Amino acid sequence: MSPETKAKSASANRLEPVDEVVVRFAGDSGDGMQLTGTQFTSTSALLGNDLATLPEFPAEIRAPQGTLAGVSAFQVRIADYDIHTPGDAPDCLVAMNPAALKKSIGDLKQNGVLIVNTDEFHDRNLKKAGYETNPLDDGSLAAYRVTQAEITTMTHRALEEMDLDSKAKNRSRNMFALGMVYYLFSRPLDTTVEWLELKFAKRPEIAEANVKVLKAGWNFCEITDQFQVRYEVEPAKLAPGVYRNIMGNSALSIGLVAASRRSGLPLFLGSYPITPASEILHELAGYKTFGVSTFQAEDEIAAMAAAIGAAFGGALAVTSTSGPGLALKSEAINLAIMTELPVIICNIQRGGPSTGLPTMTEQSDLLQAMFGRNGESPLPVIAASSPADCFDTAIEAARLAVSYMVPVILLSDGYIANGSEPWRLPKIEDLPDLRVDFRTDPEGFEPYMRDEKTLARPWAIPGTPGLEHRVGGLEKENVTGNVSYDPANHQLMTDLRAEKVARIADEIPPMSIDGPDEGKLLVLGWGSTKGAITGGAQKARAEGLEVSCAHLRYINPFPSDLGDVLSRFEHVLIPEMNMGQLALLIRARYLREVVSMTKVQGKPFFRSEIQAKIHEILGAENVH
Amino acid sequence: MSTELPVLTKKDFQSDQEVRWCPGCGDYAILSCVQTIFPQLGIPKEKFVVVSGIGCSSRFPYYMDTYGFHGIHGRAPAIASGLKATRPDLEVWIATGDGDAMSIGGNHLIHTLRRNMDVKILMFNNRIYGLTKGQYSPTSELGKVTKSTPVGSVDYPFNPLSLALGAGATFVARGVDIMQPHLRDLLTRAHAHTGSAFVEIYQNCNIFNDKAFEYMSAKQVRADQTVEVLHGEPLVFGKEKDKGIRLKGTALEVIHFADGHGPEDCLVWDETDPNPALAFMMAQLGPPDFPTPIGVMRNVALPSYDYGLVHQLEEEIESKGSGKLEDLIYSGELWTVGEGGQVTRGKAVADPG
Ligand SMILES: Cc1ncc(C[n+]2csc(CCOP(=O)(O)OP(=O)(O)O)c2C)c(N)n1
Ligand code: SF4
Ligand SMILES: [Mg+2]
Repeated sequence: MSPETKAKSASANRLEPVDEVVVRFAGDSGDGMQLTGTQFTSTSALLGNDLATLPEFPAEIRAPQGTLAGVSAFQVRIADYDIHTPGDAPDCLVAMNPAALKKSIGDLKQNGVLIVNTDEFHDRNLKKAGYETNPLDDGSLAAYRVTQAEITTMTHRALEEMDLDSKAKNRSRNMFALGMVYYLFSRPLDTTVEWLELKFAKRPEIAEANVKVLKAGWNFCEITDQFQVRYEVEPAKLAPGVYRNIMGNSALSIGLVAASRRSGLPLFLGSYPITPASEILHELAGYKTFGVSTFQAEDEIAAMAAAIGAAFGGALAVTSTSGPGLALKSEAINLAIMTELPVIICNIQRGGPSTGLPTMTEQSDLLQAMFGRNGESPLPVIAASSPADCFDTAIEAARLAVSYMVPVILLSDGYIANGSEPWRLPKIEDLPDLRVDFRTDPEGFEPYMRDEKTLARPWAIPGTPGLEHRVGGLEKENVTGNVSYDPANHQLMTDLRAEKVARIADEIPPMSIDGPDEGKLLVLGWGSTKGAITGGAQKARAEGLEVSCAHLRYINPFPSDLGDVLSRFEHVLIPEMNMGQLALLIRARYLREVVSMTKVQGKPFFRSEIQAKIHEILGAENVH
Repeated sequence: MSTELPVLTKKDFQSDQEVRWCPGCGDYAILSCVQTIFPQLGIPKEKFVVVSGIGCSSRFPYYMDTYGFHGIHGRAPAIASGLKATRPDLEVWIATGDGDAMSIGGNHLIHTLRRNMDVKILMFNNRIYGLTKGQYSPTSELGKVTKSTPVGSVDYPFNPLSLALGAGATFVARGVDIMQPHLRDLLTRAHAHTGSAFVEIYQNCNIFNDKAFEYMSAKQVRADQTVEVLHGEPLVFGKEKDKGIRLKGTALEVIHFADGHGPEDCLVWDETDPNPALAFMMAQLGPPDFPTPIGVMRNVALPSYDYGLVHQLEEEIESKGSGKLEDLIYSGELWTVGEGGQVTRGKAVADPG
């Protein structure tokens, strides 16, 4: 069915308003699915939708073409209301080859729209994907609304007149798919057209080819009347302000630069590349005009040690890593605890143990962050709950580090590191003032004298006359900082280091509870599960269930009212992407039974899973 | 800025902490040497930072009245790197042991040298683990009997100079704890070098590896068992200055002037040779067939890492201007949601809410 033979009026199909839509673009690593998804996201953002995205990369850089291991996907959810997650199941799936179809079809909603590039459904590819029969012919896709398109063929046809090699032509077929999806969801093409023209400004023929193919995709749908129904998602009612779409690692990097500017301290990052934290190193390496120094160290130990050296010299020192790297840093983190120097340790979690699942998400480093060091070594642990929240969390980590003279662990994970959402941009003057006072007065100076309120020791940096002093990993005598093996002093210093961290609780804002302040069930979470928990609890509440939810940014110390909050609920449900680590901490700290809900499948929770669990706990009789 | 620096003395660099090395330990001599040269370098006292790892030798910073950092085992070069990279104005020295630098910290050592970070590394080589009471170290000779090798070690030692040269170090030298004037000269030259300076110091541990260097440092044998490498000078040695080292084919050999040779036949040392091959050959020399070389094996000029890093920042700021936080946050594709919920592209002029 070529466009010529099946031309039909575009107005034949119905335009249906929907409140939200989830689209997944899936293809081979070389098919440009991330870019396609990002373009759909940008266009929707500029239409005013709320949105959330979730990319999924193959673990191998050049996985064999056409295989399941080589599938790259990008899921985006757009809505006309405030959403928290990139969605559970897609309403629309684009599968550029059999492997992509095989990997994603199980997630597609019943009666969902499936767009396939039939050109790629030949025997070799079917075999690579492990299909014995062609799913396009064997009836296995009957539950979906399938649109078969010869995307590769039509891409080449659209570019017939262009003087490009076949490879270059192939490369633009993702634009055909994007054009189709734009048509399906009634999105304008101009954002992508402008982007292409800018991106390929130096190679206008490539820009032209991509624009041609994009339009060809749209026209194909319009002329051949591919879809009985087209959808429209109205703008969301987002709070007034200026927005941009942001990924977690990017927000975190910008947050660190903001902290540097607000503190007046030069930013230093010591890091060793590791998925999914490397983007922080890449991004900060590009911020030289902000005075940011990045040091790609020989390993994670050196990265942490270098950060400590930089902190000793008066920099805002940061190290970024993922679980295996955090394990290597343990000894050096203790050195920062002992020398009472501020270092921000960003741990972007991934599936473990060992090398585990590098490209997949998990929250299983919580206990490592809390306790993965020798000796009594408490430090503040805080967690970001969404991509945009990484910005605020980074600033908060910096604030805690410099005001308490302590290393701080900031937990993020692969899900929010690579996921994106609209970020309502802050005004610079609303950002916290992080200015610090280095000690300069030699009069009465002792390296381990303490601030009355925070118990912080003075930050006295080399180069300051009269303040020469020594720090190190051996136990220090309080006040003088001399090496001390005195038993009572060790007890005192251990108490002081713990007390310093505990005092942070005094300034943590009270917990905010979504839903009633007391009642049957509280769903308590930390980190990246916030979206799914909030979404699940709100849905359940809309169904009449008595459920509230609350989220922890501070895990060490816990907010001081957490015990009280917990006591006001009959049940507490704790969903986490690990085997129950927060649940363990809550039980131990508050001697309170909780329902632990765990998932370690390399994927975030679905809102529906949380919702179902709430139903299970409260039972149908609680619906009123 | 004050033009005149206060006159500093050795005493200014002695801290109030009681020195706790074993009586007779070679570390005392090295400490005294450093405390003697620091006041002579023309650097304000507050600019010195001494960083160390763990070991007897790494207690060093506590005894220096400077800024000091007693780190963790093996990581001193990494700590010092972070400090120097952000504070190139500081004079950063590292005190480390053979175990600290070459075993647990080997990785940091080679990378620091390779980067030519502007730090001075004093490696106290006593060929033993002193602090942990006498296990063999990566520089202990093959067959060494220690607590952990009761019938002798079966692993081959590192040659620290070769390792440093192999890592691309731009300044490589060897001194001996008891040869004070020579050591003072080496350390002064290490300071004058821009970039990493690696100085191996033979240090006697009189408790666990006594007299390890007697074969070359004892007064009676010293002249015949060492060859002092001096830039631009022929390699002549011996009590009577009657022996030398020459290059024959691809090997070095000892020549005796009694056999009709003279200083003119000896290899003239060029520490600035960009090709480290001869320095590497020199580093291999030692008993039984050769004297042990001491002095500066290599001294080549190369920009340091910290200079490169700072320079990049300055250049970027120079060409693009100092970054503005507002621009950074408000970059990318922006859209504005107005009070009434209307969406416009970019940052609307009247910035709402
Ligand atoms: C992580 C760690 N492992 C082991 C030790 C124990 N340890 C302390 S010093 C040392 C060896 C020191 O030998 P060297 O560096 O040669 O220093 P020396 O005492 O001989 O001056 C060891 C194994 C430690 N402190 N930390
Ligand atoms: S054990 Fe050896 S190296 Fe350590 S202080 Fe005693 S003599 Fe010196
Ligand atoms: Mg030793």
